[in-house]
Amino acid sequence: MSADPKVFLMGEEITKGLLEKYGPERVLDTPITEAGFTGIGVGAAYYGLKPVVEFMTFNFSMQAIDHIINSAAKSNYMSAGQINVPIVFRGPNGAAAGVGAQHSQCYASWYGSVPGLKVLSPYSSEDARGLLKAAIRDPDPVVFLENELLYGESFPVSDEVLDSSFCLPIGKAKIERAGKDVTITAFSKMVGHALKAAELLEKDGIDAEVINLRSIRPLDRSTINASVRKTNRLVTVEEGFPQHGVGAEICSSSASVVEESFGYLDAPVERVAGADVPMPYAANLERMAVPQIEDIVRAAKRACYRSVALAAAA
Amino acid sequence: MAIWWARSSSRTIANHIRKCMNYKGGFMEGAVANQSCWSLLSLSHRGRPVSMPSSRGTALCSVQRFKSTVAETQLDLSSSSESDEEQSLDFPGGKVTYTPEMNFISESSNKRVPCFRVLNDDGQLIMDSDFPQVSKEVAVKMYSKMVTLQIMDITFYEAQRQGRISFYLTSAGEEAINIASAAALTEQDIILPQYREPGVLLWRGFTLQEFANQCFGNKADYGKGRQMPIHYGSKQHNFVTISSPIATQLPQAAGIAYSLKMDNKKACAVAYIGDGGTSEGDFHAGLNFAAVMEAPVIFFCRNNGWAISTHVSEQFRSDGIVVKGQGYGIRSIRVDGNDALAVYAAVSAAREMAIHEQRPILIEALTYRVGHHSTSDDSTKYRELDEIDYWKMGRNPVHRFRNWVQSNGWWTEQQETELRNSIRKQLLQAIQVAEKTENPPLTELFSDVYDHPPSNLQEQEIQLRQTINRHPNDYPCHVSV
Repeated sequence: MSADPKVFLMGEEITKGLLEKYGPERVLDTPITEAGFTGIGVGAAYYGLKPVVEFMTFNFSMQAIDHIINSAAKSNYMSAGQINVPIVFRGPNGAAAGVGAQHSQCYASWYGSVPGLKVLSPYSSEDARGLLKAAIRDPDPVVFLENELLYGESFPVSDEVLDSSFCLPIGKAKIERAGKDVTITAFSKMVGHALKAAELLEKDGIDAEVINLRSIRPLDRSTINASVRKTNRLVTVEEGFPQHGVGAEICSSSASVVEESFGYLDAPVERVAGADVPMPYAANLERMAVPQIEDIVRAAKRACYRSVALAAAA
Repeated sequence: MAIWWARSSSRTIANHIRKCMNYKGGFMEGAVANQSCWSLLSLSHRGRPVSMPSSRGTALCSVQRFKSTVAETQLDLSSSSESDEEQSLDFPGGKVTYTPEMNFISESSNKRVPCFRVLNDDGQLIMDSDFPQVSKEVAVKMYSKMVTLQIMDITFYEAQRQGRISFYLTSAGEEAINIASAAALTEQDIILPQYREPGVLLWRGFTLQEFANQCFGNKADYGKGRQMPIHYGSKQHNFVTISSPIATQLPQAAGIAYSLKMDNKKACAVAYIGDGGTSEGDFHAGLNFAAVMEAPVIFFCRNNGWAISTHVSEQFRSDGIVVKGQGYGIRSIRVDGNDALAVYAAVSAAREMAIHEQRPILIEALTYRVGHHSTSDDSTKYRELDEIDYWKMGRNPVHRFRNWVQSNGWWTEQQETELRNSIRKQLLQAIQVAEKTENPPLTELFSDVYDHPPSNLQEQEIQLRQTINRHPNDYPCHVSV
């Protein structure tokens, strides 16, 4: 916001600190109308401003999804390049803790399927800083899927990350942990789970490579494929529903692993995803509806032929 | 601004005056200072109509005198006495008087909001009307463009019927709205159309050939063949590309207006919408926001009586759209959409207010959709032929304006014939040229999805070209690669 006067922030209950620093013209607290403020953001972007629109959670973005898809994503194409939409939609995505079905859905695969959008999902502080910068600077509409539980987590950062010009490229995944036995792909909170799972697997002699996707669309297929060709085994991890999920895309569809690296696979791809139910509220049920570290460990072992084939997804 | 209440029983005149002041104070704080000289209309009280005669910005509040003795002492409006404190309440949102009488604001007024017009049905100027000064040059240009729009619609409609284009949508009956509203704006004002406003683009200089190119989706189309016909767009003319979902342009217009405001530009955003579109959630969001953000935007509603086959009586129960403005704190006017001069006057005034007072304005233009909704519709299935004919022949905005222009000695029968023949020829020519022009090349399938094509699209294009090379017979020869 300090570098570019055209950037402004809009959303419900937005951060007090920014309001004091930049004033009410650039930090707008909006009435409760997602369709309204999303439409306004898109209009402002049509004209040349760079709005950052914040949803309280992406669950509420469904009330504005027509504007995100039909106005933001498709405009550059429909107008033949005359109208580009340099807007960022950000907010918490996926499950928090004890918030129930309407506050817990992961929208990575919904937005990830739309041409015209770019979809990012950070894990660490480095990701959050570098990717958000890149998103705001990008001339295309970007959906930025954060995670509420990660807001409170601290990560070590290098001086380079703290520099004001630090920016990460869109469309490049990061290998968080190099390994040679099995590739585990994840994004957002699940990266943390995957890393912990990797530590446990190490004790059992399995050296896992953990890939932090960072970018859901475009997906860094080359990094994923290079890793699979190296390890020959793949486990995809995500919090969202399994059908048509990000894992489904990585496994099987066009120009992804099956098409490019099928010959390199020594085992079927294991897909770890959330349970195929609306998120329950009770803590014990919620725990069973979201992938846990043990689920990732078991999946990796299955991929390495270390255990009996499963009957149902954990 | 003058108010008078037609109310036969009141407790004291003092209460009455205080009520009047408090009603205004709470409701329009600060706005009184900015009063323009246009008439405002309020909702009725106890089912009784209240109207305010037009004033030219004089008295703050004058009250019709009833017989009462306590009037004098309590007419000191600026000080608040103890009894005042008792009678008003402080809530978030401001002070409001209370009343022990339970009164529901009526759902409708006995009288509908009147409709502003300056020309009568025969195109003659009405006495004492608020008539805008329009030069001969502008009037003739307006009339010519109205005729051009009419003929363009007829010709493209025929082309669709002949199977030469896939779809078309006319503005028949709404020529005055299209051209007169455009004429009252400047090139810097940003237009966000619904889809029945090509006349605005026509006024700004879009050529018949350019219209034809978009309808045919050829390589000269500025839209690169991406959209179905009539979805025009031109950044150069400040005309935002037409988007099919209804009413999405309303909050977008508020956003654009907000950008103009941030940039301190002396321009406004203008969003068009039909009567049907006002039922969308985006109508509420767009108007509410524009009012809260104090954005310079004109919301122009073309109330033409029909939303495809849904008549307005099935669309809403309010007195049209104009009364909704007050629900959002937006100044509004109802105008005869078939009176080109009235539309011109209203839009000019609205633009001034929007820009100088930094506020949204709502204009409801009453008109009639003479044509079918589009080439995919046959309106004779849901409305009477007599009704359509009545509006087409008897209430035609083009004839009406022509009568006025001719009565000023600015137009002749001969010019009429020449113009119509010339436009028709140009259109047929444009269609022929557009039809023969090549389609857009293959690269345009993949460009503009993003600012720069990502690797997967680049790969797909390469693969597609390879496939075409391998199977040339399966690829249509008239489409360029």
